[in-house]
Order: sequence, then C-alpha cells, then structure tokens
Amino acid sequence: MPLVMTMDVRNVNIAVVDLDHSTTSNRIISHIEASEYLSLVGTTEQYIVAMDALENGTVDIIVQIPNNFERDMIVSTPEKINITANAVNATKGSLGSQYLVQTIARALQELKNEKSPTQLSELVTVQNRFNPTLNYRHYMIPALMIILFILICGFLPALSIVGEKESGTIEQINVTPVSRMTFILSKLIPYWLIGLFVLTIAMIVARVVYGLYPVGSIGLIYFGAACFILTISGFSLTIANFSETMQQTMFVMFFFVMIFMLMSGLLTPIDSMPNWAQKFTGILPPRYFVEILRSVYLKGSTFMDLWHNYLALGIFATIFNILAALTYKKQA
Amino acid sequence: MYAVEINSLSKSFGKTKALDSVTFAVERGELFGLIGPDGAGKTTLFRLLTTLLNPDNGSATIDGFDIVKDYHTIRSRVGYMPGRFSLYPDLTVEENLNFFAALFGVTVEESYDLIAPIYSHIEPFRTRRAGKLSGGMKQKLALSCALIHRPSVLFLDEPTTGVDAVSRCEFWDMLSELKTKGITILASTPYMDEASRCDRIALCDKGHILDINTPQDIVNKYDSNLYAINADNMFNLLEASRKATGVIECYPFGESHHLVTNEEFDLNHYKEELGDFKNLTITPTAPTIEDMFIKLMKR
Repeated sequence: MPLVMTMDVRNVNIAVVDLDHSTTSNRIISHIEASEYLSLVGTTEQYIVAMDALENGTVDIIVQIPNNFERDMIVSTPEKINITANAVNATKGSLGSQYLVQTIARALQELKNEKSPTQLSELVTVQNRFNPTLNYRHYMIPALMIILFILICGFLPALSIVGEKESGTIEQINVTPVSRMTFILSKLIPYWLIGLFVLTIAMIVARVVYGLYPVGSIGLIYFGAACFILTISGFSLTIANFSETMQQTMFVMFFFVMIFMLMSGLLTPIDSMPNWAQKFTGILPPRYFVEILRSVYLKGSTFMDLWHNYLALGIFATIFNILAALTYKKQA
Repeated sequence: MYAVEINSLSKSFGKTKALDSVTFAVERGELFGLIGPDGAGKTTLFRLLTTLLNPDNGSATIDGFDIVKDYHTIRSRVGYMPGRFSLYPDLTVEENLNFFAALFGVTVEESYDLIAPIYSHIEPFRTRRAGKLSGGMKQKLALSCALIHRPSVLFLDEPTTGVDAVSRCEFWDMLSELKTKGITILASTPYMDEASRCDRIALCDKGHILDINTPQDIVNKYDSNLYAINADNMFNLLEASRKATGVIECYPFGESHHLVTNEEFDLNHYKEELGDFKNLTITPTAPTIEDMFIKLMKR
C-alpha cells in the first residue's frame, strides 16, 4: 500500500525546445537526463511540436531555452527560460516544475563554478527535520495503520452484532442468562486483539520493508492504539444499537468513516484546511491518534508532549462507551 | 401456583395495540395452545413472557417470578424457540447444542435423557452445519437447544410453521411426550387442526383473547346449526346463500362452504331461494375450532 499511495512525483516527461544549441543548453539537457525524477522525451527546435506532444499527453513539461541564451548570460541579462507545464494533475505539474527549476539552477551553478571556482558556497541550505529525505511513505505509513484500525475495530464489531440481529440469533442469546455486557465484550475482545495484532504486523512490515521504525517509545504507540480502539469500537457499537440491518450500519458507518478519512489529517494536513474545518477536526477522534502516531513514529515525542491527545482519546472513549451502554436496550 | 399467570397484560407498538389487557393462567404440566391468525399478538405475548419485551401495563409471573423484576431468574427457567430459525447456521448440530449448553452453564450429558427422544432423530447428522439441515430437522435441533437446560416452562412460537404435515404430527407427538416429564408447554400456531393436540387452547385475535377452554368444550359451545354445502358453481352458491333468509353467514371451508343458520332457517325454503344449482348437496356438519373461531371473530 505505501508503495502505491505516494505523493512523490516521478517520471515527469520533459521536452526541451533548444533554440540556443550552446554548452549551457547541452549542460541543462544532460542534467535533466540524469535526474531521477525527470525523464527526457526529446529535444526539438519548434515550440509548436513540443506543444502538440504536451496536448497528446506524451510530455508533461516543456522547457524552452531562448536563442543566444549563453551569450546573453555572459554579457547581460539573458532572456528568461520558459517552462510550460501540464497542470491537469496539479501535484505533478507544480512539483515537476519545481524539480525542473532546481535541476536547471544546479546546472547553471555548476557551469558558473567551473568558470570561477572560488565561489563555491551555496546561498541557501535546506534541512528537513524528522523526515530528512521528505519521504512521503514515512508520512503515509502511520496513516494507513489508522485506516486499518478504523476498518477492523470500527466496522467489524458493529457488523457482527447487527448480523446477529438480522439472523435472529440475538433473540436466542437474550433469553439465556448470559448478560448483555458479556455478550458485547465477547463481540469486541476478538477485534481488539486482532487490531493490536495487526498493528504489530504493520509495525514489523514498516520496519522490514520500508525501514521505518518509531523514534519514540513503542509503549506509547500501543497505549494510543488501545485508547483509539476503545473509542472507535464504542462508536461503532452505538451505531449498531441504532440499526436493524447490516445495510443501515454500513451506510451510517461509511458516512462517518469518509469524514474521518478526509478530515482527520490522514491524507492531507489539517494545517492546510480552512479555519472552520480545522476547528471541526477537534471532534474527530482519529485526528488525535494520527497526531500521536506520527509524532511518536517520526519525531520521537514523549508522553508529556502528547498528553492532551491521550486525554482527548480517553474522553471520547468514555463518552462513546457510555453512550453505547445507554442506547443498548436490555429489553426492546 | 400456576406455571404462568398473566394479569391484564398490554403492549403497544406505536399506535398498534399488539396486546390489549390479556389475562389467563396456565397450569403446571399443561400443554397450552395459543391459536390465532397472523397479527393476533401471539409472538408479542411470548416475547413478553420470555422477558425480551417490557409490558406497557399489567403483570405476569412465571413459576411465581415477575417478568419485569425477576427477568434474570426467568431466563434460566424458561426455554424459548422463536418462530424463525435462530441458531447459528455456521455451527454444526453438535456445536450448537454444546454452545447453548455452555451459555446456561450445563453440559449436554446432564440433560441428555430429556432431549434424547428428539435429538436421536438428528444425531446421525451431528457434524452437519445447522444451516444445511432440512426444515423439520432444524425444528428438532431448535427444540433440543431450548430444552438443554431443563426449563420448567417451554415457549414455542409457531414451531410447525413451514414444516411438512408428517413432521408436524411428529413434532406434536414429541411435545406430548415432553409434557409427561412435567414441563409446561405454551405453543402458538396458526393451524386450527393442531389445536386438538393441546390440553387447553386460547383463541386470540388482534390482541384480545376470544375464548379459553379445552378444544372439546370450545366446540361444544357452538350453538348455531351448521351445514356443509356443495355445488358446481361454488362462487355463485356463496353469493346466493349469503342473501338467503335465516342465514347468519356463509364462508368457504376447504372443499365446501359452511353455512351458519338461525331459527328462521328452513331447508326447503332455502333451496327454493337458491334456485337452480347443479349437483347441490346440503349436509349438516359438526363444528370445528375454526368455525368457532370465525364465529367469535365476527362478534
């Protein structure tokens, strides 16, 4: 999954319209060829040809190097290099052009350094903390773990209880002296165990396959997971209590799960949401677990840094489970 | 003390009155039948007595335990077989039985003598999944599971609905045998012909009890004259008979129509009124529980 769910842009197809035919333009082209993210489709002298290819979709970005670029660069300010990007896929368009700009800048810098090797210093340095290579997978893996939790501990217990309602077996159980609490717990405990087991497997896979291991304490992760499991299973139980059929449960769960997935910062950062939406995420339990998991995994945060998230999950777990107990009618 | 005692019990679902102050009592060791059409409130009554529902009004006791206050005690004393097959279809016959024994904290061996006459029929299939059993076998398994904890009162909600005639007869034989072991049985059924297998029956309709008595006494109480009539054109016969003098009512009953009459009725006059019907036969007939039921329902 993390291999597929990635925002890293690769294989950006580039066409170069080289009107200059100089050492500089050749250097730029060879840099593009060498780049791991960009792939050179071809060079041409006619912009219109490249534009056709862009429209056909065989090319994502066109680079036009103006005539006499090299000469003008030495004597005065040259005409600017023109980059045309297909932005139907906005991510690919914007990230691709950024990669391209960096590649061209590096090529020009290299040429400059060759001519006057004294100026070696770079002006800007960027240091990415906690995820130094900006690997999108490291951002996604904790999110995928949470999605698994939502599915296993959110959907399945609700479906299994409503399934008994549908088949009528719940009636037969209800006339036995088995208490409701025992019945509910017997429905939940297997999924709690499965949830923690899946978390363990997911952490092992993340370590072995993707080389990602938590910087912080594993205990904190399990503690957060336990709080989250209680929350989400209490939530699903409440929904199961209100529904008569599997279909009802599915539709209601889907409604909430969609909101959870899209608004809890699983896929897109909460900070980039509009202000009202950021406030709204406060009532979404997964939001807190997302923060816990990412901080512990990538930053190595401690309990003192995250205690308010645990508190929030604890409050949600209490509310939902009390609600579930109240709505669970002992007798219809 | 009665095994089941019901005191003006009422239950409504929204505006529908499923049970309207029902009162009756069942003796210990009695085979008691609740006879009535769909929607009579039979299932609601069973669900109240097995503590699956709370009554709106009135009270009921089972072995002296109140269905609201002592619901926990009642649950370990009653056996309930819902109308719908509600065992786990993915478990085998044996697993279902063991599972329900475990829920009641007993073992199959402890109650084997009680369920043996029933369970022996399905024991050859004990490794088969419950969902793959035939209708009659499912009922036998459900009955075995309901008996696993030696209940003192057994509630059977339409146990023979959807079961073939031979299995139905067999099923009632089994109930008679259970009765000899001192178990009080309440069974509901929409089939009037099964009523005669009960010690006493309650005729119910639309949440009311119409009459409670032994099947024989119910039939004996029938005070009108009853004829079975037949002719080639049955539909016209029905229409014409309803208009004739002295006829209280006329309704289709199996292959013939039943004609209920009062004192004004005169056979010769009736034949004249009917006019020309081919192969007309009119024979006096003995009333059945169904006739009584129709009569009580019309009142």
